[in-house]
Amino acid sequence: MIVEVKGIGKTYDNGVEALRDVNLAFPQGQLTTLLGPSGCGKTTLLKIIAGLIPRNAGEVLVKGKPVDGPGPERAFVFQDFALLPWADVLRNVAFGLELRGVERKEREETARRYIAEVGLKGFEHRHPNQLSGGMRQRVGLARALTVNADIILMDEPFSSVDEQTRRKFQEDLLDLLRHHQKTVIFVTHSIEEAAYLSDQIALLSPRPGRVSKVINPNVDRMKTPDEIRRDRGYLDTVDEIWGMLRQYV
Amino acid sequence: MRRWQLASFALFFGLWELAGRWPVSPAFPPFSSTFLAFIEMLRDGSLGKAYLVTAQPLLLGVALCALAGIAFGIGMGLSRTIEWLSLPVFIILQAAPMAAIIPLLTYMYGIGLTSKVLAVIMLAAPVIVMNSYKGIRNTPPSLLQMCRSFQGTRVQEVVKIVLPHAAALIFTGLRLGLAMGFIGIVIAELLITPTGIGDLISYHGSTADYPKMFATIASIVAVAAISLHLLQRLEQRLFP
Repeated sequence: MIVEVKGIGKTYDNGVEALRDVNLAFPQGQLTTLLGPSGCGKTTLLKIIAGLIPRNAGEVLVKGKPVDGPGPERAFVFQDFALLPWADVLRNVAFGLELRGVERKEREETARRYIAEVGLKGFEHRHPNQLSGGMRQRVGLARALTVNADIILMDEPFSSVDEQTRRKFQEDLLDLLRHHQKTVIFVTHSIEEAAYLSDQIALLSPRPGRVSKVINPNVDRMKTPDEIRRDRGYLDTVDEIWGMLRQYV
Repeated sequence: MRRWQLASFALFFGLWELAGRWPVSPAFPPFSSTFLAFIEMLRDGSLGKAYLVTAQPLLLGVALCALAGIAFGIGMGLSRTIEWLSLPVFIILQAAPMAAIIPLLTYMYGIGLTSKVLAVIMLAAPVIVMNSYKGIRNTPPSLLQMCRSFQGTRVQEVVKIVLPHAAALIFTGLRLGLAMGFIGIVIAELLITPTGIGDLISYHGSTADYPKMFATIASIVAVAAISLHLLQRLEQRLFP
């Protein structure tokens, strides 16, 4: 288990209890989805794991050690991309390394490699406002990959990406992450997305958010994307999740 | 588009000419004689000399505001303490009727350059400070979180994210500050002691040389409008 959360509780200043006694373990090299209706605190949980917001109770263990803030072994991909609008793709992708003081030539070389990997070769000198939503999120993903963190935290990365682009992006994401053997914690509210991408799905109940069930989809990952979407295990997983979630809507 | 703009100017000057010839008032000269007076004042150098005098307190005041005001606004944006101490002052300054306060400067600082520079500063500073402050404060939270998620330090956060993000609004503040400065300097030169442009306006007014008086007024309107327009163009190129 590369990441573990134990007894996490979070109450916001306005009195809203977002999370209560959340316990979860994230196996190394696997993609775990935090899935639940809006307001279930899944983004809050992800940001607590990232060390971006403080928790009121419990602890986060990364590689067995408790952590209290962001660390080099975790990289975050933001829902709204969080790109610097005044910087081109190259600088944005290299920005994590820039903050770590990596010398310009070296960080741009690394950035170019990951820009090519996420399929944006040729767009190095475009600015974010010249890119589509899907392309912007690829920049966000490339930036998270350049710092060579073992754990990638993704907060609804496809929510502002249109449906067609999203499918292609999901397929590319699976390829990339498998290739780099990353551990991924992924927040989404899309059941199909969770069933398609995940090795493990944690279902959260709303207000306060608690883990109501952990599902390990029985999907054969060696199949092609189109086969997966018609796979028995995939369809059963979607049904099982819907059966659990419908009580909250 | 261009042609339509020119046409609207032609229409405006045409109506001015008609109104002057009608005449609306003996003190209202037609466009043609105002324009001739303008050329004459350019020729004899009185307009140029007046602008040299007026430019001093205007540029000095706006430059001081640019240095201290931007620094102050940034300080307010970055520090809750500075914000708490000074935000009310600038909100009051923004709302206060300045023409009523400027005569007070004469009591405190006399009729020299200091009073006029202060008049410019009092008008220009609030908008420059407030824009810098808002530029800093409006940094998208997700950019700050992004910086922290990559273990950026507070200094890196300010230098690489907060300041570049605020730059566009700070520049807008400077442009609006200059616009306020024009108002401030004309009020000061009319209310404190007549110098420069203010002197030309009040002198030609008192000798009933209305074409020259109107030419001076129209010229300051044109100078302000053109310089602000150019700054806006520069702004659009710098911060697309």
